[in-house]
Amino acid sequence: MKIESTFLIGVGIFFGCVAAIYWFLSYEDAGGMMLVGTCLLGLVPGSYYFFWHRRFRGHKYFFWGKTERVVGTRPEDRPDATIADGAGVISSFPGGSVWPFILGMGAFVLLLSFVFGVWLAMVGGSVILTALVGVTAESRRGGTH
Amino acid sequence: MTDVIAPPAGGGGGALIPGAGTDHLAHPHEEHGPSGLMKWITTTDHKVIGLSYMITAVALFYIAGLLALGIRVQLTTPAGTFISFQQYNQLFTMHGSIMLYLFAGPFAFGGLANYVVPLQIGAPDMAFPRLNALSYWLFLGGSTTMLLGFATSGGAADFGWVAYAPLSTSTYTPGTGEDLWIMALVLTGFSAIFTGVNLVATIFYLRAPGMTMFRMPIFTWNMLVTGILILIAFPVLTAALVMLFADRHFGTMIYAVTGCHTVTGAPDAHACGSAVLWQNLFWFFGHPEVYILALPYFGIVTEIFPVFSRKPVFGYKGMVFATMSIAALSTGVWAHHMFTTGTVLLPFFSLMSLLIAVPTGIKFFNWIGTMWRGQLVYKTPMLMSIGFLFAFLMGGVTGVMLASPPIDFFVHTTYFVVAHFHQVLFGSAVFGGFAGLYYWYPKMFGRMLNDTLGKWHFWLLFIGFWVTFMPQYILGLHGMPRRVASYPAHLGWQSLNIASTIGAFMIATSFLFLLANFWVSWRYPVPAGDNPWDAHTLEWFTTSPPPHHNYTHLPTIRSERPTWDYNHPEAPTIRHGGPSGPGHPNGHGPIGSGNGGPPGGGDGSAGARQGVPAS
Amino acid sequence: MDPSPTGNPSATRTDAAPGGPAAAPDAPEPGAAPARSRRSRWLGTAVLVAGGLLLAGCQLPTFGETKPVTTQGQDAIKLWQGFFIAGAIVFLIVFGLITWAVLRYRRRSDAMPRQTQYHTILEIIYTTVPVVIVLVLFGFTFVTENEVNALPTPKMSVTVTGFQWGWRFHYTTKNVTVIGVELQDPEMVLPVNEPTRIYLESHDVIHGFYVPAFDFSRYAQPGIINKFTITPHTTGTYRGQCTQYCGLYHSLMRFRVKVVSDAAFAAWVSTHHSSGPATSISTAEKQALTNSTPGAHTPNVPPSTVTSTATTNQTAGSTGL
Repeated sequence: MKIESTFLIGVGIFFGCVAAIYWFLSYEDAGGMMLVGTCLLGLVPGSYYFFWHRRFRGHKYFFWGKTERVVGTRPEDRPDATIADGAGVISSFPGGSVWPFILGMGAFVLLLSFVFGVWLAMVGGSVILTALVGVTAESRRGGTH
Repeated sequence: MTDVIAPPAGGGGGALIPGAGTDHLAHPHEEHGPSGLMKWITTTDHKVIGLSYMITAVALFYIAGLLALGIRVQLTTPAGTFISFQQYNQLFTMHGSIMLYLFAGPFAFGGLANYVVPLQIGAPDMAFPRLNALSYWLFLGGSTTMLLGFATSGGAADFGWVAYAPLSTSTYTPGTGEDLWIMALVLTGFSAIFTGVNLVATIFYLRAPGMTMFRMPIFTWNMLVTGILILIAFPVLTAALVMLFADRHFGTMIYAVTGCHTVTGAPDAHACGSAVLWQNLFWFFGHPEVYILALPYFGIVTEIFPVFSRKPVFGYKGMVFATMSIAALSTGVWAHHMFTTGTVLLPFFSLMSLLIAVPTGIKFFNWIGTMWRGQLVYKTPMLMSIGFLFAFLMGGVTGVMLASPPIDFFVHTTYFVVAHFHQVLFGSAVFGGFAGLYYWYPKMFGRMLNDTLGKWHFWLLFIGFWVTFMPQYILGLHGMPRRVASYPAHLGWQSLNIASTIGAFMIATSFLFLLANFWVSWRYPVPAGDNPWDAHTLEWFTTSPPPHHNYTHLPTIRSERPTWDYNHPEAPTIRHGGPSGPGHPNGHGPIGSGNGGPPGGGDGSAGARQGVPAS
Repeated sequence: MDPSPTGNPSATRTDAAPGGPAAAPDAPEPGAAPARSRRSRWLGTAVLVAGGLLLAGCQLPTFGETKPVTTQGQDAIKLWQGFFIAGAIVFLIVFGLITWAVLRYRRRSDAMPRQTQYHTILEIIYTTVPVVIVLVLFGFTFVTENEVNALPTPKMSVTVTGFQWGWRFHYTTKNVTVIGVELQDPEMVLPVNEPTRIYLESHDVIHGFYVPAFDFSRYAQPGIINKFTITPHTTGTYRGQCTQYCGLYHSLMRFRVKVVSDAAFAAWVSTHHSSGPATSISTAEKQALTNSTPGAHTPNVPPSTVTSTATTNQTAGSTGL
């Protein structure tokens, strides 16, 4: 996790510097704002990873928050790790699901409604709502299709 | 069903015999759930989604290529009558939009990256499989939306792929096609953002044990950087498009200047939008986008050069830092597209743009260093990659010229720029992209593409490429503006335009060979085996095509080319100061005795990282 | 009023550059820098080529680019020559290296090549040398862009307005206005050897003011007035064209620039002074003119502010196609 956080914080610091230089050379609003935003895009997740890196040093942890004690850092961060060091649950992956398709088509119809008329928005909106309910229920059941 | 993925128990890490598994060609062994169309619709498997992306993107590439032929035919005569001005304007707008937004990007980060990145880092799938599926459906919806423009009465969008305001406001382009264009980009923009999130999360969280960040293949590194760039760039585009739509339909005055400006008097600053704001926002997206389109292809050729030179990639770490530098600088150069607006800080953007040449140069020397003293094998992927080198070299040199404002002043928006960015983008997306397709096709389908047809494809493409774009440089220097449907007859531009058109048709012909190649490989399959190229990275360790959740066994990972270390323990990478083995001196061989069962044979207990049903 | 919201560098340097635009820059010598970039056997050849070309001085070809007829264009073209030579040298070196690798290292045996991955010294060299080249190029760029963008005190000024799809040239102090639309190219007349300040703006969408013979272009944008100076030093008629895509008849949005002697210019002004015998065209005529172009599309009504002023039709005998 350390390299990941360094990488992102590096993005933040670089764009912080560029934003400062750019702003004081040009006083141009749009570019200045976007560079500050880019700086935050690096700093915020970078700090988050750094926090987890500090907090869970010596833990094996995954992005669902499950942690268990292991020696040292994550096996994928240790150059001498063997495949066996990664033993245990990696994560749960959903099987096939039709809801992403329905959600995508709902978004498609919804955006077309901006062009072809509001009536389409009702179709698109209800499809999206159905899909959201469906995908949530599917997740709560543990996934099926 | 949800699959809980469990790595091997105990001393797992079973040995897998490379080369086995060719018999899986006719027996896909991952049949969970539905088949046929429903399989493609309900899938959350990164491999199937990646294939959907690639098929869609390549189909769109052919469509946009046909549009380009229309453009070229129109320009063979000074007063072209092949199509009307209006059709011509639609053609170049849609050619650019489809190629840039719907082919070059999605083919790389939606298609190849989706397929290859989890395999290269030993992951069972992308981090968010359902989000991944949603990305694809949004992309398909967006592509359909953009093509729908041709079906409307006013035709497709005709304000250029950059949609400069105020031309793109409703006063000047009120049509439905333009609205569809905006909505298409909103959809594909969200699709790209989701894919970017997915790539970054996958690379951060799902690497196999021992696959440290600095052992990831360069392609994966480049996709990580591309993912970050997507997250920087695409939200800006989406926001800018929403504002443009509001200007067009809700009466806001963000970019619009109509009615608030008089020729003689000063504009009323409070009531007026800013035409330059759109350019600032668009290019803040647009220039990182150029590298979103280039970096994945850099990654592809960086995979291919070492494999076909039988050497490790030269200067691995320098390559990684060069990629990061390119990405970082690319976000600070957006206004080099706006030098002639007279409203930007010329020295800042000029210096930043020129500096990009440095990391790009490092990459070039690393590629050459990789080939140096190697044993080069000229299969189609390697030829395509060498084609990429020459194309990008020419595009890069002219790019340095364009980074200088006084030079940009007189070649900006002429055919010089057209030739430049085609050499850069065509060089990367077409040579690099199809190099990747030829390279990974055996992995995806378990069968080879025909090398003879591939060479025909390459040579026609390569010659056609130079015949098409070199005359355009000269035309640009002679002052032919881009996006014109006709030109004065007395200036002697016709012969150069005809040459360019001939080249375009050579390129088009070359892509018929690709279609033929697909047909041949479908009709007369040649089994590929697991590792037909004797390649280096992890994806060549598993079967072709890989099983559901990718791996039954993994080798011990001690360098950035685990499969090579496994197959060639006698030839480890030489690091500084002479030969020394990567990590453990004895770490190359099979780890443990393994279970010895047929890899991917559906035996869930056979070994590593196999999908286990949750309930 | 400074119409530029973002700190136009040329606007802030108003009336600077005491040496005037004619101050000749040192000939760029970028050829020398890249020559250092690779091994020594390239050095000799590159220095010879670059030096020979430099000795040729003004006789350097323009490498395809139009020969400039303005002093600003001459500055730009010198930079272009430098960049072209530098680019050509770099291109040839890298091209040679790739070609050599491709031809020389074709697979000849099954021998395992040495698995080299790093060569620190080499990597440092090929990082620092491009940095040096780039900084040198940037130095020349910086000098030239200040010369090209310099705004000396003008003797006269012309307000150029782009609109869909034509141009309007208004001679601010002379009360002369020229307009023309597609297939009826307007002609801007300029006196030779005099710095002319151009105020460039647009009435509707963004257009590009581009005269190849000036080796210069600038956007005409609504709400923003761009200022620049041109000092033509050769008489003649030069074609100009809109370069920024601006809608349906972008392809036909052309104009001409005629550079004449001082006396001829004075004569031209007196005949086209708005109180003189100008053939002005009415809005209706202009609209008919616009509609007569091919394509059966109704363009936007020409801007009333343009047509309501005294206008001069300068379009006799012009055919764009």
